[in-house]
Amino acid sequence: MVEFISTHLNEFVFLMHIYVFMLAIFVGFELITKVPPTLHTPLMSGSNAISGITIVGAILSAGLKDFTVSTILGLVAVIFAMINVVGGFLVTDRMLKMFKKK
Amino acid sequence: MFIAIEITYLVSSVLFIFGIKLLGSPKTARKGNLYAAIGMLMAIVATLLDQNVLTYEWIIIGIIVGSLIGTILAIKIPMTGMPQMVGMLNGFGGGASTLVALAEYYKINPNYPVDKGLPFLLPLDQGIAIVLSLLIGGVTFTGSMIAFGKLQGWVSGKVVKYPLQHPFNLLLLLAVIAGGAYVVINPSAMGLVLLITFVSLLLGVLLVLPIGGADMPVAISLLNSYSGIAGSTTGFVLGNNELIIAGALVGASGIILTLIMCRGMNRSLMNVVLGGWASAGSGGTGTATTSVKGDVKSIDSEELAMLLDSVSSVVIVPGYGMAVAQAQHAVRDLVNVLEKKGVRVRFAIHPVAGRMPGHMNVLLAEAQVSYDKLFAMEDINDDFPMTDVAIVIGANDVVNPAARHDQNSPIFGMPILNVDYAKTVIINKRSLNVGYAGIENELFFYPNSLMYFGDAKEAITKLTNEIKNL
Repeated sequence: MVEFISTHLNEFVFLMHIYVFMLAIFVGFELITKVPPTLHTPLMSGSNAISGITIVGAILSAGLKDFTVSTILGLVAVIFAMINVVGGFLVTDRMLKMFKKK
Repeated sequence: MFIAIEITYLVSSVLFIFGIKLLGSPKTARKGNLYAAIGMLMAIVATLLDQNVLTYEWIIIGIIVGSLIGTILAIKIPMTGMPQMVGMLNGFGGGASTLVALAEYYKINPNYPVDKGLPFLLPLDQGIAIVLSLLIGGVTFTGSMIAFGKLQGWVSGKVVKYPLQHPFNLLLLLAVIAGGAYVVINPSAMGLVLLITFVSLLLGVLLVLPIGGADMPVAISLLNSYSGIAGSTTGFVLGNNELIIAGALVGASGIILTLIMCRGMNRSLMNVVLGGWASAGSGGTGTATTSVKGDVKSIDSEELAMLLDSVSSVVIVPGYGMAVAQAQHAVRDLVNVLEKKGVRVRFAIHPVAGRMPGHMNVLLAEAQVSYDKLFAMEDINDDFPMTDVAIVIGANDVVNPAARHDQNSPIFGMPILNVDYAKTVIINKRSLNVGYAGIENELFFYPNSLMYFGDAKEAITKLTNEIKNL
């Protein structure tokens, strides 16, 4: 068994990623279905900020040992992703502060 | 360290899930946003500790520059500019995915920067993930920027059509897929990778350009979904579960919002994406011919004030016109004056009113209108027959009764707010012009309809003053 797994490691890892992806999609559908229309915009901008998670990949590229084209692409990616993350969370909070019930 | 980092990613993913869950209720939404932000911070810190991160200067510069721009944007943008803000932020997320996929391609290419003639063995799944990231990220980036331009008024908000648009776009998509397949098999084809990136960026422009202004709620939520999926595919490129999870959550939520918006217009996603109502505001035929159906009665502010003085229930229907005129504060003042007189005032919000999902709710929240006065279409539509006065402010197609009965109307079947069932309907508009769908609104000619002409902000302020003076 161990031998089988080690020779097919790439396939196993890929399948695990697919599982994670599929399950996360279902979680996403379950989470969103009952959101009241009042919150549609904050939900969109908040989840939008979460999609800035590509910052992880951007940091890995910008932090390479040698300066290559990947570093430059990574740097721009870090800037883009941070605009997405910081702008997204802040603007969502600004909106949600206004939602009040009197 | 590896395990600690992975566990941090796991906790961060859980925080994202809780965050989105809490964003679903007005009482907990702010907390939810905070949880998600903490999750993001944890993911960033964990990544900085990754053993593959060896130099920090570029990362720090990038984080500072990006955070500064993001902060300035978030503080400066007026609430009326929220649709374009969301569109633009979307674009940056998609752009980041494309850049990361490209960076990763160069990183694992053994023959770059110096061609050593080494064999380039790209695992099939990673190759496919790179191509998909380039495609989806690229389309999201330029598509969102075009959406931003349209909402900002820099690009025409009309339905832009060009010859052979659908075959041409399909051709480009097929070219990306074919080129992608070639790259997966022959990873060394560096020029082709750049070509795929370029065509994907072009495709984003061409796909969003034809989408008209009133269809923007669909476009924005669809692009939101794309930015999530692009994050997921980047996760497959890097083999990182957190990116896959976070991207999938956003992708799923975006799709649900998109479908809600489509249902609000009774149109299929295809119909919206392929460029609008058959004749909607396209080209020179944008102005519909006016057919005489009867008299339009208008009312001035003084008469209207007297009318409103003797009613007990009012429902206000805001539309994009209220946003354009920035009349939300004036409307709030009107509500306060009416409530002081003992009138019950509620708002009826059509799902696609405005330019993004929940647009009207955000504007009214900014004007400090309590959210329990805002009702979704299905919750208030049955109340119109018991309503004394329905006031339509800057909305048109979403209150056109033709959608209920006229099978020849392009908007036939679209769910509408049944304002015509109210005893009296007041329609505040600048003129009798047609709405986005390019059709005349028969509501204006109904016996219980009264037109109250004027810019929303001025007209409503004037009305409020008249009521005060009674």
